[in-house]
Amino acid sequence: MNIVSELPPSELPLVMALSFQRRVIQATAGDSRLEMCIQCGTCGGSCPSGPDMEHTPRQLFAMIRAGMEKEVLASNTPFYCVSCYFCMARCPQEVHITDIMYTLKRMSIDGGYVTTKAASDLSQSFIGDVEKYGRSFEFGLATRQFLRHHPRDILKVAPMGLGMLSRGRMDLTPHRIVGIDELQSILNRAKVLDKELLAEVMP
Amino acid sequence: MNKYLLYPGCSLQRNARSYRDSLVAIQPELAMELEEVDDWNCCGATEYGSVYAVARHALVARNLAHAKAQSNGIPPTVVAPCSACYLNLSKTDHVLRTDKRMASLVNDALQAGGLNYQPGSVGSRHLLDVIYNDVGLEVIRSHVTNPLKGLRVAPYYGCMIVRPDVDDHFSSTEYPLELDELLAALGATVIDFPLKTHCCGGHMTQISPEVAYEMIRRLIAAGDHYRADVMVTLCPMCQLNLDAYQGDMNSHFKTDYHVPVLYFTQLMGLAFGHDPLELGLGKEFVSARDALARIGVELPEEEPVAPKPAVRRKDDPSLPMPTPLDGGAKREEKGS
Repeated sequence: MNIVSELPPSELPLVMALSFQRRVIQATAGDSRLEMCIQCGTCGGSCPSGPDMEHTPRQLFAMIRAGMEKEVLASNTPFYCVSCYFCMARCPQEVHITDIMYTLKRMSIDGGYVTTKAASDLSQSFIGDVEKYGRSFEFGLATRQFLRHHPRDILKVAPMGLGMLSRGRMDLTPHRIVGIDELQSILNRAKVLDKELLAEVMP
Repeated sequence: MNKYLLYPGCSLQRNARSYRDSLVAIQPELAMELEEVDDWNCCGATEYGSVYAVARHALVARNLAHAKAQSNGIPPTVVAPCSACYLNLSKTDHVLRTDKRMASLVNDALQAGGLNYQPGSVGSRHLLDVIYNDVGLEVIRSHVTNPLKGLRVAPYYGCMIVRPDVDDHFSSTEYPLELDELLAALGATVIDFPLKTHCCGGHMTQISPEVAYEMIRRLIAAGDHYRADVMVTLCPMCQLNLDAYQGDMNSHFKTDYHVPVLYFTQLMGLAFGHDPLELGLGKEFVSARDALARIGVELPEEEPVAPKPAVRRKDDPSLPMPTPLDGGAKREEKGS
């Protein structure tokens, strides 16, 4: 008797379902221990932005196991992670939860699944400044971010921006490091290697 | 005299200038020699890793390679006053030590800039760790000339200094005591602050301000509840969120909290008898004037704060215009 033929039809071939978790593990530096998750929920209970996430980390990890790749990569959960590392410090199985959130952000951006555009744009905008100057540029970053994502709040945040300027806490022009060419050569090569790494895990 | 390499990070250049100024002011008492890392670049904050795995570590490894090169053979220790910088520096070294493949990829990238980094060859520590463990409370106590007697302080560590703490530098990932003990050594009344390692909201102010306001509210409300005169921080991101966004948070929740947020180095400077202006005091949004008056420290008159934009009439047909910096005071004078 053919057991496989008696299973209900699945949208995804079983091997693909299994491989999503494997691919997430592979794309995370070090030993992520994702496969050790026992679904206890300590992570979600410790998460300061948990109430605003579409899925708690625990739910997300169950979805990864179930091979729900699209749903996982379109979730706002990784992008609402504030990198406080509470979940990682408390996880009884020592799963590297925060690191996995970073992996999921990368996979989501690379696959074009991002729904929380304000988060991915902030990262891209920040990175753009660092690649151009070698340092972050708060004034440019905040201005671009608010014009693009919170245009109606511009008047609300204007006093704070002016307060930053009047207190000498914000520069209107960026600072460029001396070895910017050296940094750019390094980053250009690193980004080529990054592409190769992602190609291993993204279908 | 202990020698360290200072990695100030982008925030200390401007937004957290008072953190840097106060550190420079108390350097003689701490007997620390701080040499800046040559032509350092940004650590990537929490943004680089969201897009790149190799480039995020290559970015940090350039700093570590420069630190190693300028140390003349002595194993260097890089000190970061910013918790995010500290975490990125120590984390990259940790990842390169434990993941050989990543180490070779990062060195491949570094080579494009003519650099190389041997994982584990540079130590990375937070400023609080160095002051608490290397300088020590005895030395700190010996320099206190103006004890902060009667000042109620809430020690606030935030996240990244104690978590994930890859090299076990701190006593606890959730309930550390280093800053508590340091502030007690300065003579302050230290509150046993239950939210001491909760999150300030990080970059959420830029992504979903409402989510950030709630995290800021929890901390400020707790500080107020415990009757803190001052919340004491050791991270520019925490200071920015709790101080500069406290007004926005108040208007969002229609609350009226007023909890000043200062750097621990500023309080050390005050206890050591330094001039408040030398310590960068007065640059905070939530004034510490009344709080510091309790310990006999006088801050100069407050700088004019930019006024809120005038409420527009519903039928105003003109285009919205920015309010002048002086609040339109001159125009009103002329008109009257």
